[in-house]
Amino acid sequence: MTTDINAEFDITNNEQLRYIAAQAADARVNVELETEGMTLNIGPQHPATHGTLRIVARLDGEQVISAEPIMGYMHRGYEKLTEVRTYPQVTTLINRIDWVGSFANEVPFILAAEELMEVEAPPRAQYIRTALFEMGRIANIMLFLGDMAVQLGGVTAIFYAFRDREFVLNQIESATGGRFHPNFNRIGGVKDDLPAGWIKETKSSMQKVRDFCDEMEDLVVGNEIFQARCRGVGIIPADVAMAYGLSGANLRGSGVDWDLRRDADSPLAWKDLDWKVWTHPDGDSFSRYWVRLQETREATYMVEQLLDGLPAGPVMAKVPRIIKVPAGESYVQTENPLGAMGYYVVSKGELTPFRVKIRTASFSNMSISPWLLEGVLVPDIATILASLYFILGDIDR
Amino acid sequence: MNPLISSFLAINPPYWVDTLAKIGIGLVAVLLPTGALVYLFLFKMMSFMQSRLGPMETGPYGQLQLLAEFGKFLQKEDIFPSKADRFVFAAAPFVVLVSTFMLVLVLPGGPDTHFVDLNTGIYFAMAVSSVSVIGILMAGWGSNSKYSLLGGIRAAGQLIAYELPLVLSVVGVVIMAGTLNMKGIVAAQADFGVWFIIPQIIGFFIFMVAVQAELTQPPFDMPVAESELVTGYLTEYSGMRFLLFFIGEFATAAVFSAIGATLFLGGWTVPFVDANAEIMDYIGPLVLAAKMVFIAFLIFWFRITYPRFREDQLQRLAWKFLIPLSLFNIVVTAIFKVVF
Repeated sequence: MTTDINAEFDITNNEQLRYIAAQAADARVNVELETEGMTLNIGPQHPATHGTLRIVARLDGEQVISAEPIMGYMHRGYEKLTEVRTYPQVTTLINRIDWVGSFANEVPFILAAEELMEVEAPPRAQYIRTALFEMGRIANIMLFLGDMAVQLGGVTAIFYAFRDREFVLNQIESATGGRFHPNFNRIGGVKDDLPAGWIKETKSSMQKVRDFCDEMEDLVVGNEIFQARCRGVGIIPADVAMAYGLSGANLRGSGVDWDLRRDADSPLAWKDLDWKVWTHPDGDSFSRYWVRLQETREATYMVEQLLDGLPAGPVMAKVPRIIKVPAGESYVQTENPLGAMGYYVVSKGELTPFRVKIRTASFSNMSISPWLLEGVLVPDIATILASLYFILGDIDR
Repeated sequence: MNPLISSFLAINPPYWVDTLAKIGIGLVAVLLPTGALVYLFLFKMMSFMQSRLGPMETGPYGQLQLLAEFGKFLQKEDIFPSKADRFVFAAAPFVVLVSTFMLVLVLPGGPDTHFVDLNTGIYFAMAVSSVSVIGILMAGWGSNSKYSLLGGIRAAGQLIAYELPLVLSVVGVVIMAGTLNMKGIVAAQADFGVWFIIPQIIGFFIFMVAVQAELTQPPFDMPVAESELVTGYLTEYSGMRFLLFFIGEFATAAVFSAIGATLFLGGWTVPFVDANAEIMDYIGPLVLAAKMVFIAFLIFWFRITYPRFREDQLQRLAWKFLIPLSLFNIVVTAIFKVVF
């Protein structure tokens, strides 16, 4: 077999050298059987990329020789757009970055602005923020739990995910007014207090989420075919995961015990809770699914604890009517559903931010895909991409 | 002699009338169960299993949805991809359908109700069921699309791999019945006392797995794996040609279910009723249809629940597990046949 030497081969990479040597050995054997590789363009419109990610894969039969993700088909220029919006207006915009668990998008930006203004939201507001943050995480990861099965061909799980996700979204809606885009955070607190009866309903919906998690353990995790497709596929060793800047469940699935909710000093209420960071030593697609499943269940307990310990008091600190953030710069990172998300806010003391740099988790998580997709089979592309779990809006913001 | 017609009408019509009637009945025999399976299982059972209702607006409980779908497909534009091999592209769905229609020929619906009574019935069925591979390969190659090509090649590899366990699982039944004739197999089950599913439970299991793979339904649907290959060899098809493929897929599911019912569940016979009674010519097809729906239910149940295998895992399952198991089944069956 021959292969196109002009394709991007890095001669410093031992594995690629080994591959070329193997190819040369094959070529000696199969001199008469001349074959050539094929370039397969996966995306930008393809069911596996749920959005507009494009992957250019060079194939040898069904084996991927090299794969290159091409991002940016949905770039919306959010970093630039924030510069012409006042601070309260920015939250409307950044809701749309990771559109599935959008409450969590607002929080790091608001925290960065609060840090610059040196205001701190009252404890009740912090608890409400944390509870909604975790509910956003649940809503987000439930989608993943169903979607991963769909990528592997089991269609039924996604319907259960959408059905039970509704309970969480309803609660988010009744508290904030928005199912997908709550826009509930304000600098110095949250917009409103919780509606009457909300706590009780939320607790029952958390129980439904846990039932859903049990169902997924039966239907998906316990399925032999699912395990055969996921175990040992797309293994990321811990050092490689850290070198590529992975975060979130992708990192914890590789056995790295790193969670910003616990490890970073945050004004949010995580420090008051009794919870556990789940990790899995294997680093394969299965462990990433498993970690996310456990995190969803853990998050439901966290929400219940938050609602039990909800302190009384106001939900808004005293802030001026027209918000001008003093000059300075700050960077705040939180553990979002997809991984670490950070906002670097530079202010010149005006109504609008001077510059905002957004660090999104999916962008870094996707950057490992060329390394990870090299040498796998075509069916594993879907498995690996699904297990990395990206949201296109989180890649191209 | 025209058993099919004469049994219903008690007349002996000329050859051309007989042939036309057989074509008409053949169309009904293929399309009616297909529509029933699509509505019952794909529209309704799948929806109920996925906690939704499925079609509800078209007719009572969405019963006219099939007609709506049919109309929709007819209206769609018939697209040939540029640079496609037009003849191969156009012919592929018909090749697939031909294999299905030929399968139906040998199915007996009663002691005298059948299209043709071949002495090598099940052998013929196994042979013509492989013709669909050619159609799928034609579709994969003729579409001039990389996804289609990958899907077509996968389908070819898969169907060839599962042809073997399918045939070998049938061999056990043939040994027990002592005949290749489908009616003979049914009669042998009536004589034997119990349906062959009891003594041939391993054969039935292998048959079901192999049929699932032959139909390229989940968990063996890599040729059309929609999350990897868009829809594999179907990617470039639209409108009527896609509908033909779709009918082919579900008609084959119906026919294979009927073959399974004939081989393992006693075909048209009902326990405690004489298999050769004249009444069986009339209720036999209905009994067969009921058994067919049961086996199709199993097929669709797996389809809806399981995720799909990977290529290499599928081949490993066929060559390392199913084929040795079916050979073992044949040996055991042969020993019992000789000893008892």
